[in-house]
Amino acid sequence: MNSLIRHSARCLRSVVFVAKPANVAVPGRLLCEAADTQKDLGEMVKKDKVVVFMKGTPAQPMCGFSNAVVQILRMHGVDNYAAYNVLEDQELRQGVKLFSNWPTIPQVYFNGEFVGGCDILLQMHQNGDLVDELKKLGIHSALLDSEKESK
Amino acid sequence: MFPRLLRFATPTSTRLTLTRPLMPRPPHMDPEGRRPVEQSIRTKLSESLCPDHLEVHNESHMHAVPPGSESHFRVLVVSGRFEGLSLLQRHRLVNEALREELSGRVHALAIQAKTPQQWEGNPTLAKSPPCMGGSKGDHTVEEKLKAGGGDPNLGS
Repeated sequence: MNSLIRHSARCLRSVVFVAKPANVAVPGRLLCEAADTQKDLGEMVKKDKVVVFMKGTPAQPMCGFSNAVVQILRMHGVDNYAAYNVLEDQELRQGVKLFSNWPTIPQVYFNGEFVGGCDILLQMHQNGDLVDELKKLGIHSALLDSEKESK
Repeated sequence: MFPRLLRFATPTSTRLTLTRPLMPRPPHMDPEGRRPVEQSIRTKLSESLCPDHLEVHNESHMHAVPPGSESHFRVLVVSGRFEGLSLLQRHRLVNEALREELSGRVHALAIQAKTPQQWEGNPTLAKSPPCMGGSKGDHTVEEKLKAGGGDPNLGS
């Protein structure tokens, strides 16, 4: 509902030409939408402890790197996280790169803080840092239980 | 008699156009098989990070993009400049060095950024996960492959 209201509000804004050095008029509506996306992202990354911007969905990833992030989180028993499919929303896809100052997808956030992409998450998983970072979020990694069982 | 004469009187230019037309080369494929994007990545990482060891792998063939593409890369950078830096800081340095490529033709970049000591302890190149076909039918990838220069609005 909120997104519907926001979308309607965007449509109702009037077009204003912004003065630029080059003879290029950037519609005010586009600027407003870009600003809205950035503002929305600011809220989206804080709403949930773990947030992933990916290609596809956790049930059906559409990219090997996005799938790797999903698999790593699953191994640690992290099933309850927010996953945003950038393939469904080009504005989000470009907006999140600007927001994070990060050029590629997937992107992972913990408690509103940017963690990195697939490579970083994988290395954190391999060196044990991911277990510690999840603990800081109040998430007990499933790998700790499987380690206990094996001992 | 006249049809035979007319046949041989056909202007050369017309005859050429009636033969097989030249096949247009896809804009993203270098005609001489050089690898300009790979070379550029190598040069920029060398200049900005002075690596002890550098590997640049074009992994485009592992993805749903045309043969000969330079869209998906894996880089391994071993540099003392990474000492004391977090993984995120290291990757941001690499991203910054390749900003132009990443806003242009490079769709995906896998990064391993190690200090010389870390590399010595574990000198292995990581492997990229198998492609799940996300680039297929992705018009932004098509646009990136056609783009010669950088467009900050195009991305992964």
